[in-house]
Amino acid sequence: MSETYLELRRKLAERDRSLHEKVMSLEAAAGLVKDGETVGIGGSTLSRTPMAMIWALIRAGRKRLTCARSITSSEGDWLFGSGACDRVITSWFSQGIVWGISKVMRHHVETGKARFDEWSHMSVGLRFKAGAMGVPFLPVRSMLGSDVLRQRPEPREIDCPFTGEKLLLVPALNPDVALIHVQRCDPYGNAQMDGLPFMDADLAMAANRVILTTERIVSNDQIRRAPDHTKIPFFAVEAVVEVPFGCAPHECGGIYEPLYDHMDYYTSLVNKDPVGGMKEYLDRYVYGPKTWVEYLNLLGLGPLLDAALRGRSIANA
Amino acid sequence: MPDRDTYTASELLAVMSSRLLKDGQVVFAGVGIPLLAATLAQGLHCPGLTILFEGGVIGPMIEPGKLPPSTNEQRCTKRANMVLGSTDVLLLLQRGYIDVGFMGGAQIDRHGNLNSSFIGDPAKPKTRLPGTGGGNDISSLAQMIVAMKHEKRRFVEHVDFVTSPGFLTGGSSRRDSGLPSGGMYRVVTDLGIFGFDDETKRMMILALHPGVTTGQVQENTGFPLSADPDVEVTARPTGRELECLRRLDPQRLYTA
Repeated sequence: MSETYLELRRKLAERDRSLHEKVMSLEAAAGLVKDGETVGIGGSTLSRTPMAMIWALIRAGRKRLTCARSITSSEGDWLFGSGACDRVITSWFSQGIVWGISKVMRHHVETGKARFDEWSHMSVGLRFKAGAMGVPFLPVRSMLGSDVLRQRPEPREIDCPFTGEKLLLVPALNPDVALIHVQRCDPYGNAQMDGLPFMDADLAMAANRVILTTERIVSNDQIRRAPDHTKIPFFAVEAVVEVPFGCAPHECGGIYEPLYDHMDYYTSLVNKDPVGGMKEYLDRYVYGPKTWVEYLNLLGLGPLLDAALRGRSIANA
Repeated sequence: MPDRDTYTASELLAVMSSRLLKDGQVVFAGVGIPLLAATLAQGLHCPGLTILFEGGVIGPMIEPGKLPPSTNEQRCTKRANMVLGSTDVLLLLQRGYIDVGFMGGAQIDRHGNLNSSFIGDPAKPKTRLPGTGGGNDISSLAQMIVAMKHEKRRFVEHVDFVTSPGFLTGGSSRRDSGLPSGGMYRVVTDLGIFGFDDETKRMMILALHPGVTTGQVQENTGFPLSADPDVEVTARPTGRELECLRRLDPQRLYTA
């Protein structure tokens, strides 16, 4: 399953890593992801979820994706419910604790339609970090002694060659592609993030290629004015898509908060009926609208502005 | 002032667990009651409490009435000292900066192991639960306080699945498994406060809430609990504690 070190290097070497423009449409970017690939998803829970890109992948009819994310929320429901993904690698999977347990996740996992590979939160992060570092594993002191470890065939327990202590080695995770949403980037893919960074910088460097979606595209000059804010370098990025409100109904730090009323509506619909309710939702919100703007229209101007007001005032003391 | 005699089980949990926190401590708090109780402590007896969230936040001051839906949204970063990567914040547990890990629990056993992954056989689960999140990391690497409702189906002899390790099978089994630090310190429920025997690592009653008997606790617990003959009784939540708590969570998001 895991690629050899030389294969990973070869994949980077083959890519055009020059400073060039890579702005494209959501649909064109969706075409860069192939059935069966391993997809790393940026953000966490309701935060900086690359929802527009996931929306586009489902509409493009992707199948058998394996998706890896720190914590998985309602985008995991969409991926399972649409049949785009049949395996999730994550530490936690439900819409959010305030909405109880995702019936969509339960339905797919309990009937064996899809897999939910559970790792500790830090282990998911260290797997991306190992991938980003170009080493096959990293040691960790959690998961030991637990059934979370007993369920996983991949890690190895070792006695440390220096101290003799028991440690766990978790294998590198190098996704074929990472989907990451940021507040701003330039046309080359120099990405700047505000607020919580999650695992995104490690995920970007671990993946063989990165598809960036962004609230807005800024000039390269603007990036160069504050290069310390750049968290993902252009040469890791294969595509840049400008998608305002690209995380809705989730949040994008400093710009908008989650659309809580929509999340309440969504969770009550799908948790009442994880098959019929999910189909109804996907038909209406994912397959129905012709463009992302039409999807945003369905969410409604009022709720979007309310989410933006809440998001923009977050730093007010 | 709120009525001093009426409070919900969740409010009791939040108040009782907030009292276990000490000023100056560094607390790694999960969402729900832990986040609420740590914020309550910060507003009352622990102005110097530092709260950490797994989303990657050090030292936030949560705004009353704007509780986050998890510990991974921007609301968690309100007035924080620092935001950092989620792997990096969890690594602070491994490095040893955290005094207390503070979590909720769905199912716990006599050795303080927590299950949030499966009900029934993991190979053919009756219910797939959401999983560990940071719970396994926090409980593997820190002294733990767990706040949870006290019901027989939640307090079982053996959990169906050890998601977050307590003392595993008791004795030295935790240390022998490669977890030399941390472990369960206190379990706070709506009936009382519980600790663990130094040798056997079995759960025991440390204190009862007002009006609760040891018999009542035993009835609601799926394994035998030992208790001191002169077990302590906690002081009921004060008007000030309840008032402060209700100001934090006016919509009863976490204290229904």
